[in-house]
Amino acid sequence: MTWIAKPKLHHPTLTCNAAGFTRRDYEGAVSTLCAGCGHDSISAAIIQACWELDIEPHRVAKLSGIGCSSKTPTYFLGQSHGFNTVHGRMPSVLTGANLANKELLYLGVSGDGDSASIGIGQFVHAIRRGVNMVYIVENNGVYGLTKGQFSATADLGSKSKKGVTNTDSPLDMVGLALQLGASFVARGFSGDKPQLVPLIKAAIKHKGSAFLDVISPCVAFNNHPGSTKSYDYVREHNEAANKLDFIDGRDEITVDYAEGELIDVTQHDGNVIRLRKLAASYSPHDRVAAMNYLHERSAKGEVVTGLLYVDEDSHDLHGHLNTVPTPFNRLGAKELSPGSATLEKINAALR
Amino acid sequence: MKPTDIRVPDYFHKVVDCQWACPAHTPVPEYIRLIAAGRHDDAYMINWKSNVFPGILGRTCDRPCEPACRRGRVEENNGAKPEPVAICRLKRVCADNKDAEAIRARMPKPAVKKNGRRIACVGAGPASLTVARDLAPLGYHVTVFEADAKGGGFMRTQVPRFRLPEAVIDEEVGYILDLGVEFRGGTRIASMRALLAQKFDAVFVGSGAPRGRDLEIPGRREAAANIHIGLDWLASVYFEHVKKIGRRVIVLGGGNTAMDCCRSSRRLGGEDVKVIVRSGFEEMKASPWEKEDAMHEGIPILNYLVPKAFVHEHGKLTGMTFEKVHAEHDAKGRRRLVPTGEPDQFFECDDVLIAIGQENAFPWIERDIGIEFDAEWDMPVVDKMTMQSSNPKVFFGGDAAFGPKNIIWAVAHGHDAAVSIDKLLNGGDIRERPEPGVSLISQKMGIHEWSYDNDISNDARYAVPWRDKAQTLKSIKTEVELGFDAKSALAEAERCLNCDVQTVFTKDVCIECDACVDICPMDCISFTSNGEEADLRTHLSAPALNLTQALYVSDTLKTGRVMVKDEDVCLHCGLCAERCPTGAWDMRKFFLEMTHAGPGCHKQVKREAA
Ligand SMILES: Cc1cc2nc3c(=O)[nH]c(=O)nc-3n(C[C@H](O)[C@H](O)[C@H](O)COP(=O)(O)OP(=O)(O)OC[C@H]3O[C@@H](n4cnc5c(N)ncnc54)[C@H](O)[C@@H]3O)c2cc1C
Ligand SMILES: Cc1ncc(C[n+]2csc(CCOP(=O)(O)OP(=O)(O)O)c2C)c(N)n1
Ligand code: SF4
Ligand code: SF4
Ligand code: SF4
Ligand SMILES: [Mg+2]
Repeated sequence: MTWIAKPKLHHPTLTCNAAGFTRRDYEGAVSTLCAGCGHDSISAAIIQACWELDIEPHRVAKLSGIGCSSKTPTYFLGQSHGFNTVHGRMPSVLTGANLANKELLYLGVSGDGDSASIGIGQFVHAIRRGVNMVYIVENNGVYGLTKGQFSATADLGSKSKKGVTNTDSPLDMVGLALQLGASFVARGFSGDKPQLVPLIKAAIKHKGSAFLDVISPCVAFNNHPGSTKSYDYVREHNEAANKLDFIDGRDEITVDYAEGELIDVTQHDGNVIRLRKLAASYSPHDRVAAMNYLHERSAKGEVVTGLLYVDEDSHDLHGHLNTVPTPFNRLGAKELSPGSATLEKINAALR
Repeated sequence: MKPTDIRVPDYFHKVVDCQWACPAHTPVPEYIRLIAAGRHDDAYMINWKSNVFPGILGRTCDRPCEPACRRGRVEENNGAKPEPVAICRLKRVCADNKDAEAIRARMPKPAVKKNGRRIACVGAGPASLTVARDLAPLGYHVTVFEADAKGGGFMRTQVPRFRLPEAVIDEEVGYILDLGVEFRGGTRIASMRALLAQKFDAVFVGSGAPRGRDLEIPGRREAAANIHIGLDWLASVYFEHVKKIGRRVIVLGGGNTAMDCCRSSRRLGGEDVKVIVRSGFEEMKASPWEKEDAMHEGIPILNYLVPKAFVHEHGKLTGMTFEKVHAEHDAKGRRRLVPTGEPDQFFECDDVLIAIGQENAFPWIERDIGIEFDAEWDMPVVDKMTMQSSNPKVFFGGDAAFGPKNIIWAVAHGHDAAVSIDKLLNGGDIRERPEPGVSLISQKMGIHEWSYDNDISNDARYAVPWRDKAQTLKSIKTEVELGFDAKSALAEAERCLNCDVQTVFTKDVCIECDACVDICPMDCISFTSNGEEADLRTHLSAPALNLTQALYVSDTLKTGRVMVKDEDVCLHCGLCAERCPTGAWDMRKFFLEMTHAGPGCHKQVKREAA
């Protein structure tokens, strides 16, 4: 790890966004991860996305579990709220936090071990409840922090650094999220920021559970020949379904595409995502077709990336529960304790 | 763009902005690190080799390195006023703190065996002294002819003592004369023809630009007793022919000479001293710090006033009138001074010092002895690279070559002329200049450990402390600046970015993981598709708008892209190398030393093609 703090000096042309911050203001402490770890690139992409969206750092809560990936919230958005849960319990703590204060932007950051192994139970329920959040799994196919054991997302037949072959079937978190009703599902690659940054921006603007599987090579334990999560392997097998320009109303649409190549997705608050189709037959609006497409492609050894599914009329947990407009944490004693007369009335109704 | 060939010495040399800008190419960051480490003797010797007068220059240098210094650029838009590293005043620190005995021991010794060649130097200013220093240890018999009794030239007779103590001049001129140089003080050369007749193997003319320009306006002759040419007056002050001046003094001119005149006046009885310039304050030739120093001593600078007449009564100067003007720019952007139409302004005074320009004069060089002079300016025709005149054995340098400049340029000319003379007398082609000596060595000491301090200081530039004004104005010999103390010297040295510790990229091991891009605080690094330079400069991580700074471009990488690094505002913090998993980035110290006269400059260097 690096001993010195990242110098405060920045490029003279660095500008402030509408919230009055430079991109550097969205950084956190200097990373202690291994040099070259894909997770650091994802942190950089989150920083870029938040800066571009003029996010106010104090309106963000970062939650994570345990693992190298779960350490990363320390390395971005240093001025935001943060919570490190015990291993695998981030989705539950995030759900609770979201119930208490629905007005913050919830960023769940996890690893394939944290979410697909020990935390799989928490993960599935947070997704199926439609908690309004951005859930990012930094997927490297190993338990990086504990020195490289295969995780549940490691592909069958892939080889460990020491040459051992994985004999277990992999768990596909994108497939799982689609099946569980996530209203925004995407896959990215830490080595492709032009694709990843717009995906994160679109996910932040999405209302409901937005799930992002980001393949993020572990340079220390899973970046060798025989690995299916290495920089080289992912670059060779990456099949982008579409290319995404995130447009949040202010940006002009500058690139011209031929008719039929573009899909505009309008999300709940009017923001538009513009997609350029790369796979002609692919539609991000059809959950079942998306699942089929992913299975077909993965059978051919391809890693499909891009915005895979988005539900334009999405809902979230608070909508389902029909909660009051004011966040719970701001309700006072008066609202929470309506008095003995009201209690009598309720009790009477139940007798 | 084509991949950058980092084997060409100029590539990394240009990255070391200060060293590139220094006429003598002093290895600045190397000496700054040595000062930070308290190794003052080593720092002094690095300077002495390159610029010959570290103690003098550490107080007086025009410091072309500082406007070039990268620190000034990286601090832009980062809070406080951007300022370069105090390169010049750090140099003084090693001169002040060195161990005099140890330095003496490290000086070259007079040549044991003479080579039989005789060289004449005319004048003992910094240019001639540099020629003597470079050639004497090689066995040449160097004779320096100087009109004054002591060596040093204008450093001694013009630069006032409150800026440069005489002991420093004695010491550093002494190091040179002790190399077995024959010094003929009090000997003015009256005829070049006669000098050439003495059959020297080469003659170096370092006679300076000795003539101060006069101002022929009404009243000049009548009031002559109280009107002085600045250059002559300063020399008279040095020789103590002049010990005082009137209470009210007007100094005409906006250059450094004017600043020395007005500050000297303040110390010789001038209480109401003002500087008056024709054009704007901003356009004045004097360095900003010299203007500041003058104003600090209570000397106002009045601008846009064109001298019209010296006013006198009964043959005695009473004041001066000036026409008020303002600047106007014509279609071509040229500036003209146009009268404002307001009434002329009158200023009372007892004395006037004219410091409006300095000129060359070569009355002692006959025009019919094969040394060609330029018809328009009456200046010798001198080759900029070799310093040779149209007489192959006669060389010029310093202010005598191309008009008044400064000490460090005189030194650089001296080195160049010495190389030419040494090559000429060894049968070489003097147009073939020697390559500099370069090395490029990794500074890696451990996983994330470097042999240099890569933690970047956020401090603003430190000011050199001054002696109390009440005390310094009392005597012309009291030095104003005290020099950095140990603590501020260290803190100022820490502001240096170590621009000589280069970021070196090895394309073959790069896995394009983006780690360096993500960590770089200055957004220097990009992985992008290749293109023409003008186009590439616009689509990098941050726009590369400073066209004087190179782009470092790699060969094509696995993904078909190239790595492009904009050298402009790199902090040389080494974080790119620390965060690189494969060692594709390394921090390597680039050390460049100019090749001076001696065996090294005789070698024919053939660099393999890139
Ligand atoms: C007032 C003033 C202040 C300055 N301050 C600075 C400063 O702070 N920093 C800086 O870098 N530069 C400064 N300069 C400029 C600097 O002094 C000169 O550029 C530099 O000294 C030039 O060096 P040189 O070797 O060419 O000759 P000079 O230093 O001019 O020396 C020439 C010598 O040749 C001798 N000489 C001339 N003709 C003959 C002859 N025929 N025979 C024998 N001897 C002869 C002269 O007596 C003189 O000693 C200043 C100049 C002036 C006028
Ligand atoms: C309850 C519990 N069980 C086991 C561990 C040991 N442990 C720490 S991190 C980790 C796996 C992390 O893997 P992943 O989430 O993929 O993170 P990565 O380091 O790969 O980014 C494990 C098993 C633990 N810290 N706590
Ligand atoms: S062990 Fe792997 S996942 Fe963890 S920091 Fe190192 S490279 Fe990243
Ligand atoms: S920062 Fe240091 S090395 Fe860089 S240009 Fe300035 S003085 Fe020279
Ligand atoms: S040394 Fe590397 S990380 Fe530091 S500023 Fe320069 S390019 Fe960026
Ligand atoms: Mg993992």
